[in-house]
Amino acid sequence: MEKFTKLTGIAAPMPLVNIDTDMIIPKVFLKTIKRSGLGVNLFDEMRYDRQGNEIEDFVLNKPAYRDAQILVAGDNFGCGSSREHAPWALLDFGIRCVISTSFADIFYNNCFKNGILPIVLPQEDVDKLMDDAERGANATVTVDLENQTITGPDGGEIAFEVDPWRKHCLLNGLDDIGLTLEKGASIDAYEAKMAQDRPWV
Amino acid sequence: MSGKTLYDKIWDTHVAHEAEDGTCLLYIDRHLVHEVTSPQAFEGLRMAGRPVRRPDQTIAVPDHNVPTTLGRENPDQMTEDSRIQVAALDKNAKDFGIHYYPVTDVRQGIVHIVGPEQGWTLPGMTVVCGDSHTATHGAFGALAHGIGTSEVEHVLATQTLIQKKSKNMKVEITGKLRPGVTAKDITLSVIGATGTAGGTGYVIEYCGEAIRDLSMEGRMTVCNMAIEGGARAGLIAPDEKTFAYVQGRPHAPKGAQYEAALAWWKTLYSDDDAHWDKVITIKGEDIAPVVTWGTSPEDVLPITDVVPAPESFSGGKVEAARRSIEYMGLTPGQKLSDIEIDTVFIGSCTNGRIEDLRAAAEILKGKKIKVKRAMVVPGSGLVRAQAEEEGLADIFKEAGFEWRMAGCSMCLAMNPDQLSEGERCASTSNRNFEGRQGYKGRTHLVSPAMAAAAAITGHLTDVREMI
Ligand code: SF4
Repeated sequence: MEKFTKLTGIAAPMPLVNIDTDMIIPKVFLKTIKRSGLGVNLFDEMRYDRQGNEIEDFVLNKPAYRDAQILVAGDNFGCGSSREHAPWALLDFGIRCVISTSFADIFYNNCFKNGILPIVLPQEDVDKLMDDAERGANATVTVDLENQTITGPDGGEIAFEVDPWRKHCLLNGLDDIGLTLEKGASIDAYEAKMAQDRPWV
Repeated sequence: MSGKTLYDKIWDTHVAHEAEDGTCLLYIDRHLVHEVTSPQAFEGLRMAGRPVRRPDQTIAVPDHNVPTTLGRENPDQMTEDSRIQVAALDKNAKDFGIHYYPVTDVRQGIVHIVGPEQGWTLPGMTVVCGDSHTATHGAFGALAHGIGTSEVEHVLATQTLIQKKSKNMKVEITGKLRPGVTAKDITLSVIGATGTAGGTGYVIEYCGEAIRDLSMEGRMTVCNMAIEGGARAGLIAPDEKTFAYVQGRPHAPKGAQYEAALAWWKTLYSDDDAHWDKVITIKGEDIAPVVTWGTSPEDVLPITDVVPAPESFSGGKVEAARRSIEYMGLTPGQKLSDIEIDTVFIGSCTNGRIEDLRAAAEILKGKKIKVKRAMVVPGSGLVRAQAEEEGLADIFKEAGFEWRMAGCSMCLAMNPDQLSEGERCASTSNRNFEGRQGYKGRTHLVSPAMAAAAAITGHLTDVREMI
């Protein structure tokens, strides 16, 4: 998993509430054998018409936001199914941070497994960042995980909370597998003992 | 201190690391892999440059999305997505050096049938697979459960799973079964009694005389559907039948290894003074041949009953039952045995083993089907071969059944074996959810013998009238 330390990037505004995993990545794209490559279909039904042409109005189709790395979104982002394809699609598009007043539980967990930082803020802070994001390409925002601050285009700072353990994992790029591999000695010891106790396995 | 349950014993044997909050790294003895839930996991390994920790304990077989028609090894017969998923598994198995049974191999079949058949599944093991019906392997006294794609990758890389322990639940089926009543009727009746959430948070151990009396095939049918009852896994303590089934299988231990294994396997039972968090007892003689009428596996009734009235339920179930009955195109009060059937499907990891085919053939012998279409999809190439050798295939074909190649087929209808809108199927599979066997398809879950009976009469039928 890629480390998350300090990110400076364009923030795209998506004020809609209840953006669900079906909107993030519709189920027809689950037949894939990859987790990469889903970025072109991120928000597929909002982003393209039936003929596959881009819908101009959609935020990520606007020139200013095509390279956005941060989403500022409405309440309850990521509700719906448990599909890990949702964070995979965001990541593949280039989004590393999502800011909202709340997230659906499974999606929130899945983000951390994939190197994405979801940030929960009070309504007034999200409103402020939403305003900043509306300002297009000038809306460069800096998210500093180490210091737990977000710096807006005007220099104003907002502090955020994050679970210390999850912060540690993101800062160091540790996924579940990485963490388990840190306990490799225990697994080695277990296998050595197993070779004695249950040699037929 | 009280004694241990079978689950406690297997759990304790497999803890490789325990954190202060009780989170454990559970060591996994066997990892079964299929083509639909594994590609992203292998891709993850490649991206991180990680190997498969124990390729010798990892077994792959394509089953969910393969065609079950003859001549299927020709890629032209596969749909695009199926071809890609199967090719990916071919490549992953080769690149990572794991055991593999390709579609062209006679040993290919549904992953939960292949594992036991090849002796990969042994008593006291931990077995996982990216498929919820991994519970099947519990019939051997193995702790077996389904996992998601991230966890598949985790097991591939570390041979462990991050787990917290479940609670213990005992389901006892006392006494003898009546004629015409099978393992499928037991497992459906248990779900009917406990509901689909009744087992949530538990590992179930099935025990009692009626369970002891079942063959290994029957025990697999019972454990297979533990997941429909919400349980993490189902278990049956191994006994002489288990040992006899395992001995001599290609990957079972041999010679002195076998003797050593056997000595340990014989300690795998729940102690008399073990603690149970929940106990359910059902009398074997009270179980009748059952069918499902709705769109949840808990919608179970004896075949002699009628479609229930939604008002007979309480709480949220009233609305759910109304919706089910409408979806299924039924009328409250209608006799279940009056429900006409279009299609019969015999197969799946629930009922695709040789004993299931024998039970169905027994009923079909010398008869012709009245339904529009009927198919048998053996659970593995070896089951198929044995059924041909025993003359069962001829009985099916003469009766009018299609005789297919092995795979999941119409159990989940991911390949082209699907019900059309409104088509009604008597199926030996395990899920009757809306759309499970095809968009707006209607599924009635039954035992293989009951499926055969329905095929002959064209409507759901009490198989006891035919034996
Ligand atoms: S037969 Fe059905 S339940 Fe069994 S593994 Fe295949 S799809 Fe899953």
